[in-house]
Amino acid sequence: MSIEEMNDGLVGRGNREGAALFREWFAELHETAHRGGPAAYVFVMGSMNEILKTFDLPVVFPEISSLQTAVRHSAHELLEVAEDHGYSPDICGYVKADVAVQIRGGKHPMGDLPRPALSVLTNACNTYIKWAEIWERMYGTPMVTIDIPGTREGGGQTWSGNGDFEADRRYVEVQIRELIGTCEEVTGTRFDIDRFRETLGHANTMTRSWKRLLELNAARPSVFNALTDGTVYLGVANGFRGTEAGARYFERLVEEMEYKVANGIGQSIEEKYRLIFVGVPCYPIFRRFNELFTDWGGTFVSSTYLWFASGGFNRGFEYDLDDPIASMAEGSLISVRDGMDSMFHQDRVAMDMIEELGVDGVVYHPIKSCRTVSTGLADGRRHLTEQTGISSLFIESDMMDRRVVSEAQMKNRIDAFFEGLASRRKPALAGREG
Amino acid sequence: MVYGAGVDVGSTQTKAVILDEDANIVGRALTDTGANVIEAAENAYRMALAESGISEDEVGYVIGTGYGRYRVTFGDAQVTEISCHGRGAVHLFPDTRTVVDMGGQDTKAISVTPDGEISDFCMNDKCAAGTGRFLGAAAAALDIPLDDLGPVSLAGTRPIKISTTCTVFAESEVLAWIGKGKKIEDILWGVHQSIATRSVGLMRRVGIEDEITFTGGVSRNVGMVRALEERLGRKLNISDDCHYMGAVGAAMFALDNIGAGRVPVAGG
Repeated sequence: MSIEEMNDGLVGRGNREGAALFREWFAELHETAHRGGPAAYVFVMGSMNEILKTFDLPVVFPEISSLQTAVRHSAHELLEVAEDHGYSPDICGYVKADVAVQIRGGKHPMGDLPRPALSVLTNACNTYIKWAEIWERMYGTPMVTIDIPGTREGGGQTWSGNGDFEADRRYVEVQIRELIGTCEEVTGTRFDIDRFRETLGHANTMTRSWKRLLELNAARPSVFNALTDGTVYLGVANGFRGTEAGARYFERLVEEMEYKVANGIGQSIEEKYRLIFVGVPCYPIFRRFNELFTDWGGTFVSSTYLWFASGGFNRGFEYDLDDPIASMAEGSLISVRDGMDSMFHQDRVAMDMIEELGVDGVVYHPIKSCRTVSTGLADGRRHLTEQTGISSLFIESDMMDRRVVSEAQMKNRIDAFFEGLASRRKPALAGREG
Repeated sequence: MVYGAGVDVGSTQTKAVILDEDANIVGRALTDTGANVIEAAENAYRMALAESGISEDEVGYVIGTGYGRYRVTFGDAQVTEISCHGRGAVHLFPDTRTVVDMGGQDTKAISVTPDGEISDFCMNDKCAAGTGRFLGAAAAALDIPLDDLGPVSLAGTRPIKISTTCTVFAESEVLAWIGKGKKIEDILWGVHQSIATRSVGLMRRVGIEDEITFTGGVSRNVGMVRALEERLGRKLNISDDCHYMGAVGAAMFALDNIGAGRVPVAGG
């Protein structure tokens, strides 16, 4: 009898249901593309999906659809298509993969993608703005940029009640009301405030579950892999944000993980070293990249990715359903600012995780494609080492471009990292036999 | 007497070292790696055994290291050359705290603890600028033997600034300077300074602490030793065995495992 049969299929359910939701999501996009219906293009940091779902707008997250092309080993063809059209090898790989998909009429490995009827973005990443301008030029797509004021002083956020915060919140609220107007124009549907309250309620359920999920991985052994499983969870968290399906998914996921904690069921390998991951995964060799760590008994118990790419769920902010638009502005302000700070001050996030999760080592993975998340990682790493003395590894590659992914060199560094971890646990013996 | 052996299969050359129980080097050998990595490892090991005058049966444990470590088919275990260079450097120069290893295709800066553990390391990224290959490109462009590069560069008085960071483009840049009538020794001194600058940048990432030991094949190059020492403002630890440091470290780990009673796996 398999483990899954013994526990009524509870273990592994989150990944199965996550994969099913992904298929549903892309099937809806495929159907929308062929029906010629409207779809919104949005980004993970400040998607405003709660508003868009109120209008039943299908959403494309081009960051997610692009990374899917890398996981499915077709990104390199798409990068070449975009580069043949003049896009530089040095710019964001997500952008180039998306541009190529657009050039190919929306053809994507998971189904056809509809054209953007509307793009919604924040200033959390400069590339978002230039990216949406490409669709604007290609299709005349209206773009709504929500300008989120950043943290005013290094690392110190202001909160509700503070004068600066209230001014910023009102500034964001006005922009959200403009977005609602644009959505009404694009869909021809009136905004339904009660429907909006429902989506906010679902988002509240999801944020509670997300926080609980991150906490549960403090268990020994850890119950999910922050790198591989975590990417599935992030996909659902973004694509199904503010939906009943998303809320239900995360409640069931927490149920699965609580069951695993209660029964001491860890990841599929024996956990010898608990690691955290800083940066964006190496999608061109996604599974293999993870195996380079699990082969040594290394498990990823958390990541900064689970913070800055979760749309702020990690903060645990819950919307006030009695004052939904003002509360949406407050939540957006808090979550997007936190996403930006999580990228720029990843050492602080990592430092908290080390203590809370009992971490043995930190893996930094700066990527060529994204200076936004990679700039400062070397300094951050040095600071973290000085403050905590923790072992860390610094490996550079890319999240999309396999031309700068050298597995042999990566493996050499990873092996040396684990040799160092092992030597600190004397009387460990030298080397790997065989 | 039981012996420990280390075989370091590098991108350019393969080195083997035999240590006795007291960690004295009793045999060493070096051969070009070439296309047949397995054969290169076997040849180097056989040559080191011959120099030591001991038989294979007397070797209790063999550790493979370097990029070809998994092709040391007679090895009992594998350890990365990063750990081995650190361990070897502390064995030969016990006060070593920083190691700079310059090989054929990569340069490593390694920070070590007093007992030879790696506390941090940093390597050149996926390009060969700042490595032995960069020198090879310059030697090819100038049509002079690789071993003469260092001595010739020491005669340079007005170093040419080599601006490219690409090994492939370095060759054309060197040729361009020749076309402008610059002296070969000045061009070569500039090449060595360029590599030293990049290497010291790597070392800064792990923190530069005395003493510094220079290992790897390029440590035999007197021009590179001088360029690094000038850049760092201090003397480097150098010995004839620095070229074999990866294999020395591997053999040290082999002695550890013999001492700990680790039994070689079948076929080892």
